[in-house]
Amino acid sequence: MRILLDKFSKSFGSTRIIEDMDLEVGSGEMLALLGPSGCGKSTTLFAVCGIHRPTSGRILFGDRDVTHLPSQERNVGVVFQSYALYPHMTVEENIGFPLMVKRVAAADIKKQVADIAALVHIGDLLGRRPAQLSGGQQQRVALARALIRRPDVLLLDEPLANLDAKLRLDMRSEIRRLQKETGITAILVTHDQVEAMSMCDRIAIMKSGEIVQIATPSDMYKDPRTSFVASFLGNPPISFLKGRAQQGAFVLGENGLRLPLAALSGIADGTALSLGVRPEHFGTAGGVPVEGRVVFAETQGRENLYDVVLPDGSVLRSIQPVRDDVKPGDSVRWNLDSASTFVFAADGQRL
Amino acid sequence: MAEKPQISSNTTSANFSSLPVILLLGLFSLPLLVMYAYLFVDTISDTEVGSLIPNEFTLRHWSFLWETKTGKPNIWLVTLNTFIFASCITGVILTVSSMAGYVLSRLNVPARGFFLAGVMVLHAFPSVTLIIAIFIVLQWIGLYNSLIGVILVKAAVELPLGIWLMKGFYDTVPWEIEMAGTVDGASRFTVWRRLVLPQIKPAVMALGLFSFLTGWSEFIMPQVLAPGAKVQVLSVYLASLIIDDNNFDFGTFKAVGVFYVVPVLILYVFFQKHLMNIYGGGTKG
Repeated sequence: MRILLDKFSKSFGSTRIIEDMDLEVGSGEMLALLGPSGCGKSTTLFAVCGIHRPTSGRILFGDRDVTHLPSQERNVGVVFQSYALYPHMTVEENIGFPLMVKRVAAADIKKQVADIAALVHIGDLLGRRPAQLSGGQQQRVALARALIRRPDVLLLDEPLANLDAKLRLDMRSEIRRLQKETGITAILVTHDQVEAMSMCDRIAIMKSGEIVQIATPSDMYKDPRTSFVASFLGNPPISFLKGRAQQGAFVLGENGLRLPLAALSGIADGTALSLGVRPEHFGTAGGVPVEGRVVFAETQGRENLYDVVLPDGSVLRSIQPVRDDVKPGDSVRWNLDSASTFVFAADGQRL
Repeated sequence: MAEKPQISSNTTSANFSSLPVILLLGLFSLPLLVMYAYLFVDTISDTEVGSLIPNEFTLRHWSFLWETKTGKPNIWLVTLNTFIFASCITGVILTVSSMAGYVLSRLNVPARGFFLAGVMVLHAFPSVTLIIAIFIVLQWIGLYNSLIGVILVKAAVELPLGIWLMKGFYDTVPWEIEMAGTVDGASRFTVWRRLVLPQIKPAVMALGLFSFLTGWSEFIMPQVLAPGAKVQVLSVYLASLIIDDNNFDFGTFKAVGVFYVVPVLILYVFFQKHLMNIYGGGTKG
């Protein structure tokens, strides 16, 4: 079911969190709300599920206006960051609670709980209490409880934040699998770009209550609209060089690096610019040689990550297949793939 | 009661010998122990004046259990009254404070801060100062010398503490549980009843016991507001024994005292774990 936020605003007292936000999530789509803490992504989520009332604007599920409906009548499933399982109930009672509230017959509840438990692979844990479960199992119970009502919308509030790294990887694909199998429209709130990119059809990047850009993960990675988006996506993160425009080229320092860039035609000389270079675009491949000194090297197993200080003091990151010949302190002359760089104006807008 | 509860007796990791401590505490507790021992011994024996050693065994002092003394109400009626008194107080306090505490902890009611402060001030108010006013009010509405009247008054006086305690315990219940409950389709009342209240069950148990014990030991209010023979409670009965100059009987007085304290001891033995909760302030689910 489609979700539409129309000029949605939310303020707490006099603090405006979100102003005039428009957002559409297509039916069966999984959308990530990605942003740093305090950007209003959870507020948006809680408004969609009815815990917060919007200050103004409308929220539509399909064609149904749910703006003023209490959350009990919205038919949404929510997975909270802390899972919010009911500690005094068994797993079976936890999952069956939404049906029990609807006064479904006990035998029916039992059957549906068994079905959904099988779907999330916790069929053998039904008699336990939440305290007797591992983090991943609790997560699955929370998912099952959110899904058992066959909600129109599934909302996930940082569902993986409390899991350890290995489990996070498993649950990432698990949640995506469930979302695809059930065909449910889902919104995922996260501050982890890896989660957003790996799990979702589209990403909406938020910053101080506004959606900066909304696009598919690969489009957003390849074509960030602002330096904020570019810096948020990618691991290890992008590095920025501060320079000026000069005759259609990006110039770093007085007589330092000079990069002719197509994007810079028509930009007045002397305009302050910022050049974004992803670590994979600085290394052995690429056309423009750059000299610098390695100050930091970190091996990640398959790849090595280097920090290279340029003569003017700015730092470029480089990620390369593992090599043993470069150590911190070495002077290197590596190549920069200028076609893959991004140029941003001083206000962060992409040129 | 005289003994200190042993803190975490299951962990024997003390890096010092506990024997001297036990000896010292034992020594200081000895007078109390002797007192309790004599309290009991005196009820089943007679002692000559001036002697410390009892010289004959007797059940005479316990005769109040099977024969009603002249001018005194039946002990079993009095005990029943005390039970009704303490239980009703417990019921009223639990019902009202578990609901009021939730409202004050969670709902955005108008004048919430004022209400919380007001409840606190009420708690700080010594109830004895109100007793004459209450007496007049009760007489006015015809509840003087009735159990209902004194139950309502005593429960009202104890409520501030209960409300504050419950509010404190509700504050420890995570908001997410309530959010999860509402998006699962439960009404706010169901959320409270089925999801939140069970989280603070230990606190409810503790407050219930606490209220029962306060009710059981209350003296001044029943004495002033319900002194009649039909509605007498044990504390008033006990007091009437000691002020009765004509049939002064110390043995019976002590026997009634022991009889009065036995239910309390039983409650302590079975529920002291829960009672500790109210002071520890933690909910262990």
